Amino acid sequence: MSEKTKKAYETEETADGLHSIQKVIEPPHESSRPIIKYLLIGVCVLFLAVMLVIPLIVVAVNAFSDGWAAYQKAVMDEYTLKALWLTLLATVSAVVVNTIFGIFAAYLLSKFYFKGRQVLATLIDIPFSISPVIAGLVFILTFGNIGWMGDFLKAHDIKIVFAVPGVILATIFVTFPFVFRELFPVMNAQGKDEEEAAALMGANGFTIFRRITFPHIKWALLYGVILCTARAMGEFGAVSVISGHLRGKTNTLPLHVEILYNEFNTTAAFAVSSLLVILAVLILIARNIVEWKKK
Amino acid sequence: MYVEMKHITKTFDGFQASRDVNFGVEKGHLAALLGPSGSGKTTILRMIAGLDRPDSGDILINGARVNDLPGSKRGIGFVFQNYALFRYMTVADNIAFGLEVQKKSKGEIKSRVEELLELISMKDLGKRYPHQLSGGQRQRVAFARALAPNPQLLLLDEPFAAIDAKVRRELRTWLREMIERVGVTSIFVTHDQEEAMEVADMVIITNQGRVEQIGSPEEICLHPQTDFVKDFIDAERFEALMAIH
Ligand SMILES: Nc1ncnc2c1ncn2[C@@H]1O[C@H](COP(=O)(O)OP(=O)(O)OP(=O)(O)O)[C@@H](O)[C@H]1O
Ligand SMILES: [Mg+2]
Repeated sequence: MSEKTKKAYETEETADGLHSIQKVIEPPHESSRPIIKYLLIGVCVLFLAVMLVIPLIVVAVNAFSDGWAAYQKAVMDEYTLKALWLTLLATVSAVVVNTIFGIFAAYLLSKFYFKGRQVLATLIDIPFSISPVIAGLVFILTFGNIGWMGDFLKAHDIKIVFAVPGVILATIFVTFPFVFRELFPVMNAQGKDEEEAAALMGANGFTIFRRITFPHIKWALLYGVILCTARAMGEFGAVSVISGHLRGKTNTLPLHVEILYNEFNTTAAFAVSSLLVILAVLILIARNIVEWKKK
Repeated sequence: MYVEMKHITKTFDGFQASRDVNFGVEKGHLAALLGPSGSGKTTILRMIAGLDRPDSGDILINGARVNDLPGSKRGIGFVFQNYALFRYMTVADNIAFGLEVQKKSKGEIKSRVEELLELISMKDLGKRYPHQLSGGQRQRVAFARALAPNPQLLLLDEPFAAIDAKVRRELRTWLREMIERVGVTSIFVTHDQEEAMEVADMVIITNQGRVEQIGSPEEICLHPQTDFVKDFIDAERFEALMAIH
């Protein structure tokens, strides 16, 4: 293969959304002034150190400040484990629901043309722009005793606000654009041609999705799932409003941390925080593997 | 007539892409849809394939009205403008796809794929992926994929558009030979008049959603019927071209 045609292949490879996004991260050319480069590196490192590294070290140091036994006690505490369980439950629910919804919505908006397409896309983004606290309040106003569906829910003995379903709902709400946002540009860039070609050969919708659409979106999908997971686990605002802070019942890990901290139980608070940090690091590793695989 | 379009109209959001389109293509013939960009060529092809529905009018294939028949039941092979090869499948899997969907037996699929790879002279490239092929090779794979389920009608949208001029000439002679060998009725879209005149049995000139003239290449060159065709066709070039033939 000649050098020229090789180039052509490479640019073609980057023609889809996925690769071209990654291209942005790789610097196209070296700046001719190294001073600027080192200055910028310095600023970034300093910023990250102050904002990220030092706080993480503080978490670790404080978590272990009363020794391993105290750490273990805080982490293995009944309420901590319950909070961990609820966090995982809410996270898994949010990921499952939002993955299904995200695939459907991205498929709809990228492959079909209809009036109001733009409006729908904007609506999906609302959780990005609304403060989570407001989202929580909205749920209380909708499903709470004084709310809109309050009488109906009471009559049927369904509890949402200040209960586990509310926590799950709030988590789903704040994370629902993530999968969609990752999938949409990738599906859009793919176009409809391959799918139309397959349909003309008599393939049904499921076969087309499995053999044509899915191979194209799988890394973006996984990436979306990871982002969604990370956000769902850390959600505080909306969940805090709707949970009612019932210890052992509706407390998630972030809420539990806050409670411990407010009780001046600093060591325990940091110990529980470290659980969240560990989960976050696991997600970060997964994310990097996915990014690397995507290439 | 194997394919007939009768009083076909089509609008996209108020824009008339086809206006009372009428033409027919005889069995075994190769017809060219020739016209400037935006004149509605792709729209016509997509309606024949069932990818778009006409607002009114009848589409007949082999004497039967197919307006309400899904594209997959019309016995059509389609070569897309940019080939639309399945990028996550090998060349062989691309060609096999239509047969797999029809639940043909493994052995049958294998021998058909080999036969087609042979036909397009790409026997050793079956394991490659589309992005590892040259433009011309991709074009041939798209052609083989469309032919695999033995369609009665082959539709090609600008099959040579993405290929540079020299290879293009070879490829169109090749395509003409292939189509003759397989004996499939074909319609191809082009905006290159030389290509249309050289390859097609019959040329359909489109302009602003209308059919301006239908006829053999000679007829169109020598007796343009409308001012548009007169302007559009570079007659001198064709006299020279015909002389060579
Ligand atoms: N899905 C669509 N929605 C809206 N307008 C469309 C759509 N498809 C085609 N059109 C319009 O219809 C007209 C005819 O389009 P068409 O693709 O059939 O032209 P064409 O002759 O194939 O042109 P080209 O040579 O550039 O491919 C164009 O003006 C185009 O903008
Ligand atoms: Mg076209």
